[in-house]
Amino acid sequence: MAEEVVLLDFWPSPFGMRSRIALAEKGIKYEHKEEDLRNKSALLLQMNPVHKKIPVLIHNGKPVCESLIQVQYIDEVWHDKAPLLPSDPYQKATARFWADYVDKKIYEVGGRVWKTKGEKQATAKKELIETLKLLEKELGDKPYFGGESLGYVDVAFIPFYSWFYALEKCGNFSIEAECPKLIAWAKRCMQKESVAKSLPDQQKVYDFILEMKKHFGIE
Amino acid sequence: MADEDVVLLDFWPSPFGMRVRIALAEKEIKYEYKEEDLRNKSDLLLKMNPIHKKIPVLIHNGKPVCESLVQVQYIDEIWPHKSPLLPTDPYQRAIARFWGDFVDKKIYGLESGKVWTTKGEEQEAAKKEFIECLKLLEGELGNKAYFGGENLGYVDVVLVPFYSWFYAYEKCGNFSIETECPKLIAWAKRCMEKDSVSKSLPDQDKIYDYVLHLKKVFGIE
Repeated sequence: MAEEVVLLDFWPSPFGMRSRIALAEKGIKYEHKEEDLRNKSALLLQMNPVHKKIPVLIHNGKPVCESLIQVQYIDEVWHDKAPLLPSDPYQKATARFWADYVDKKIYEVGGRVWKTKGEKQATAKKELIETLKLLEKELGDKPYFGGESLGYVDVAFIPFYSWFYALEKCGNFSIEAECPKLIAWAKRCMQKESVAKSLPDQQKVYDFILEMKKHFGIE
Repeated sequence: MADEDVVLLDFWPSPFGMRVRIALAEKEIKYEYKEEDLRNKSDLLLKMNPIHKKIPVLIHNGKPVCESLVQVQYIDEIWPHKSPLLPTDPYQRAIARFWGDFVDKKIYGLESGKVWTTKGEEQEAAKKEFIECLKLLEGELGNKAYFGGENLGYVDVVLVPFYSWFYAYEKCGNFSIETECPKLIAWAKRCMEKDSVSKSLPDQDKIYDYVLHLKKVFGIE
């Protein structure tokens, strides 16, 4: 099966990391193409004309856009290895609900933690912790959101762990102090090669955030 | 399959609720429809959707499913034999999900609401973007009868509820969607010929009255 898989990506993107992890879990070889978002490639604009965003998964020349859609596609095409979504429809619906929750909450609230100061930042920090605590509750005593092995929600959520150090430094708070079980879960995920090799170093992400703050004139 | 207990907590003008009504009707599933008063949410709603506290909530044999796109996919998977909504091919499924997501982000999103909540330049910009998004959808529809091909599919179910809001948008924004996107309106009318759709969408005048009521409540001119 001569499969051609290309991933148009940007190294700090948590959305790109999701697809990296999913492909790694399935043992799929692919070509990783780093995009310069200030100078998007003709290929990116051709493959994602609607949103012009990364990540874009290109399978045998055909593009799949939006990270959660890519993860589900990867799970369905390479269904024999490391299944990410459960087979039971109700459990599937529950997994989709929580991945959607991560999408709606973490990126936007996390963004406010590093982009704002003073009261706005305090509000954002509070909201972030509340969100993380809800996820901690959903995890419960399971090693992973997917149960005994990495699942859809783990893949959707774990990339944001690479941003935690940057958020903690910018917001002057400790996520581990508030959500120890969640950090334990994250470290457990990081023991897997598919995750460890897909997430950038937390210090690198922090340096990137500092650069972005400078660029946008944020104190 | 006897004794399926299906309840839908809903709110009549919600296009999100309409998606689920259509999906259940397509599958010919009998269910109990419960109208919620969103200013006075029921204990059942708060118990079944503690995270978002929003409608629609689908309760199947006592277990809640929240978020309309998740509900439509769930309904399609539980009752796969009648009126399949998502294609079987993984790539076509990804395409359908992409456009469903596009509809959620662009047609149902905060920006499109500005067509009726704002005036002047802000409204003009919102109208322009709204029409551009509808045109993109028209492009995706192409010459097909439905987004799903020969039959109603996932994207049709996700998008057509919004047709019930078009008249209100046109009145508030003083423009004609049909003039800009005739193929899309033709598609919507084709969908409305189906019982599952026409019985799930409220009358466009009622929606317009509701929008006027909301404008008054929120002090929008």
